[in-house]
Amino acid sequence: MPYEIYGLTVYVYVGLIMLGVLFSLVRFVAGPSAPDRVVATDILTTITTVVLVVLALFFKRQIYLDVALVYAVLAFTAVVAIARFLEGGL
Amino acid sequence: MIQKTIGEVFLIIGGIFMFLASLGLLRMPDVYNRMQTSTKAVTLGAMSSILGVGIIHPAWLPKCILIMLFILFTNPVSAHAIGRAAYRTGVKLWKGSVCDKYGSCMEDEDE
Amino acid sequence: MNNLILFMGFGLSLVLVVATFVVWLSKDLLVAILGSAVVSLVASIFFLILQAPDVAITEAAIGAGLTTGILLYAMKKAGRYEDD
Repeated sequence: MPYEIYGLTVYVYVGLIMLGVLFSLVRFVAGPSAPDRVVATDILTTITTVVLVVLALFFKRQIYLDVALVYAVLAFTAVVAIARFLEGGL
Repeated sequence: MIQKTIGEVFLIIGGIFMFLASLGLLRMPDVYNRMQTSTKAVTLGAMSSILGVGIIHPAWLPKCILIMLFILFTNPVSAHAIGRAAYRTGVKLWKGSVCDKYGSCMEDEDE
Repeated sequence: MNNLILFMGFGLSLVLVVATFVVWLSKDLLVAILGSAVVSLVASIFFLILQAPDVAITEAAIGAGLTTGILLYAMKKAGRYEDD
């Protein structure tokens, strides 16, 4: 019997995640300097990985976890490359 | 059933930590404070959420632990790079900051 | 469950539109590159919601790593600020 989620818990959880995405988006738009926007992008990257895992839970398919795995491995390279560029290296 | 409840508790803990991380990102006065609060809290929240999913479906647990390990390895690297880049590009510290060890260390290197 | 995924879709499409406006209106090209990274990040989630995990993996790999690197290399040659 696969696990069915229809309870209040998942609604509260998705509401919390969407509030987090909204606050990060506000900081991304209104950040005074470039490093603020880089921090907001970093947070959005991690929250995106979690959203991919939770979507795998919703659709009940294990193959969707591979997307989150690839994303967790590769997504930090963008932030590190932009940070190295700001520093003057690269 | 008890396993489902434990997984949901982990999911809610992770959601609360991610919400608090974004609130810190919105409310803190400085780049360094924002980076400090948000990156650490969002790492903990993401790991707790993925562990909750792995507890709900025990067959997915190895892959979930692998994703947790990659998040644990890659997130501090990007946070360190952001903080270093922000200091090197000359972003000012907040006026209430009391300690600047990296600046004094760089002055010692210059002499 | 469909209501939940629809709610996530509304929130994430708001992120997509706002990030596209940031890319369009910003004079600092580094911020534009960050905005394009956010757009590809949300597009990956939308490909997963539309039941295409292979396209989502490709979007994650290319949009996160390769596009940002190529655009940074081009911006290093061309200059950071867009002059009117």
